[in-house]
Amino acid sequence: MDVSLFDLQTGQKATIKQLKGGGEFRKKLASLNIRIGKTIRKITAQPLHGPVVIKIDNTEATIGMEMAKKIVVEPLGAE
Amino acid sequence: MKILLMGNPNVGKSAIFSRLTGVDVMVSNYPGTTIEFKKGRIKLDEQLVEVIDVPGTYTLEATSRAEKVAVSMLEEGDLVIDVVDATNLERNLYLTLQLLERNIPVIVVLNFWDETRHLGIQIDAKKLETHLDTPVIPAVAVTGVGIKELVSRLPEARAHANRFDEGGRWSEIGKIIKEVQKVTLKKHTLLETVEDMSIKPLTGIPITLLILALVFWLVRSVGENLIAYLFNPLFKLYLPAVTGLSDMLGRGGIVHDILIGTLIEGKIDYIQSMGLLTTGLYVPLAIVSPYVFAFYLILGILEDSGYLPRLATLVDAVLHRLGMHGLAIISMLLGFGCNVPGALSTRILETKRQRFIAATLMAIAIPCMAQTAMVFALLGPYGIKGLGIYFVTLFIIWLVLGFLLNKMLRGEVPETFMEIPPYRMPYFGSLAKKLWMRMRSFLTEAIPFVLLGVLFVNVLYVLGVIEWISEATAPLIVGILGLPKEAVASLVVGFLRKDVAVGMLLPLGLDMGQLIVASVVLTMYFPCVATFVVLFKELGAGDLIKATTIMVVSALLVGGVLNALL
Repeated sequence: MDVSLFDLQTGQKATIKQLKGGGEFRKKLASLNIRIGKTIRKITAQPLHGPVVIKIDNTEATIGMEMAKKIVVEPLGAE
Repeated sequence: MKILLMGNPNVGKSAIFSRLTGVDVMVSNYPGTTIEFKKGRIKLDEQLVEVIDVPGTYTLEATSRAEKVAVSMLEEGDLVIDVVDATNLERNLYLTLQLLERNIPVIVVLNFWDETRHLGIQIDAKKLETHLDTPVIPAVAVTGVGIKELVSRLPEARAHANRFDEGGRWSEIGKIIKEVQKVTLKKHTLLETVEDMSIKPLTGIPITLLILALVFWLVRSVGENLIAYLFNPLFKLYLPAVTGLSDMLGRGGIVHDILIGTLIEGKIDYIQSMGLLTTGLYVPLAIVSPYVFAFYLILGILEDSGYLPRLATLVDAVLHRLGMHGLAIISMLLGFGCNVPGALSTRILETKRQRFIAATLMAIAIPCMAQTAMVFALLGPYGIKGLGIYFVTLFIIWLVLGFLLNKMLRGEVPETFMEIPPYRMPYFGSLAKKLWMRMRSFLTEAIPFVLLGVLFVNVLYVLGVIEWISEATAPLIVGILGLPKEAVASLVVGFLRKDVAVGMLLPLGLDMGQLIVASVVLTMYFPCVATFVVLFKELGAGDLIKATTIMVVSALLVGGVLNALL
């Protein structure tokens, strides 16, 4: 079942399904290769409404909570 | 002819630049180290060619100020060396394709070539070359691998005028990646485990606290030992020379007072005498430079390891409530060295509002290492209590003021979105070079200003200006801050050099409470002239007036409260 990156469990891998935002939003994400069809791993989420950290390719990326809520992913099952 | 070095942030452009041109530049392991373009020269076919190190950018549709600089540079270039992170080929190729649409010759460097092997990435550089139709050169910038080949193949760079839209670019990249790159999946490596641990809050926060405590302890003990075992003995050897000169000058008079200063109980006192050849040399060389050296040594290791973007992530939630992006923590850290590079580094923040808040908070609550060194000397004898109250007070001011500014100023903090590079072993060569560059700029910029400051104090005393100012400001200094009215001289000099200013408190015979009040007020009340000039350039006159008003008012307020409490 698809969930937002914000709701995705820590440690899980997932495929990006949908980016709920406009062109600017998609372009920003694409600069770190966060695009539909890519596989990511959620490393952690910071407390106090802090950002979500993911691994994509060989980089880690820090993504603000509100942005993470707009990224829809399909979990691939925990490692 | 102009050659531009372009590429995504943190791909090693500056390392290649410094290899090509021999010009020293700062190289670190976090995105946004280079905030201004740097120029150098290289000899090609007996001809000097200009090489420009351009700040990193992900696309040619720039968003941050540093990125806009990058794109505008493109108009002036004749050739682009596109530096690509070989361990993140797919996303780096996006900028490459955009550059290949600009009808300018492009040559591609695949940097971090050595890391691809450990990561199980195989890239067929020859095939990539065919696809892009321009030379592709594997390289390891920090050690210099591939640099010769790059130079020899520059003439082969080909211009293209492809036309793609965004989707077209990505599908082209998809095709290329499929053909040139093979990834063998590796198990979770040890490095990855460490990376995960230092960014997960449960383990990352204790690790951060440990690192900060270690940094503080290291800076203090390296600094103290350098002073005790190197600089104090050296200045002891120098003492007979100045004492002799003092005797020759008759132990008094204007020339004596300016060169040697006032004798304290008949002897030269390196800190209190206030002469050009005594205090003017002792303060910057023997007290400040050891701590500056220790701080920059450790900062360099933190910068090059890749730890700082992780710290930025951990503190992001807190910094957001203070009106800043997590990355602003790097500006604060740099500010502990010197407020000037701290203020300059706020350029990595996207909005004007963030830059204003970050620069103001740094200028108010972050004492530079020169000032900190003097505060160590001043409050050190009172042990952890004196220093503790000083630093905790500044930290609270930083928090409260940030919170208030974030509430009062219109606008909000944009969502954080940043890249975290992998941990890398700091490379000794670039660490040493960076430390040397920083020490050189400290010595060449600080010493003249300290001497100027000392001279200025003497002239003002001789002219009676200090007496006049201290009478005029007595109600504030005595009434609100509880300091003797002579303390105002230190505030006047603080505009030139805060380290000299802190030193001037010593002869006043203040108690611990007064010393803390004076140190805190000196830190907060106004930026030193070097920082002032940079803030003017970065913020503009209007915001600088706002920032300095905040400083003066909050310094008096906090000083008054501390005076009442201590």
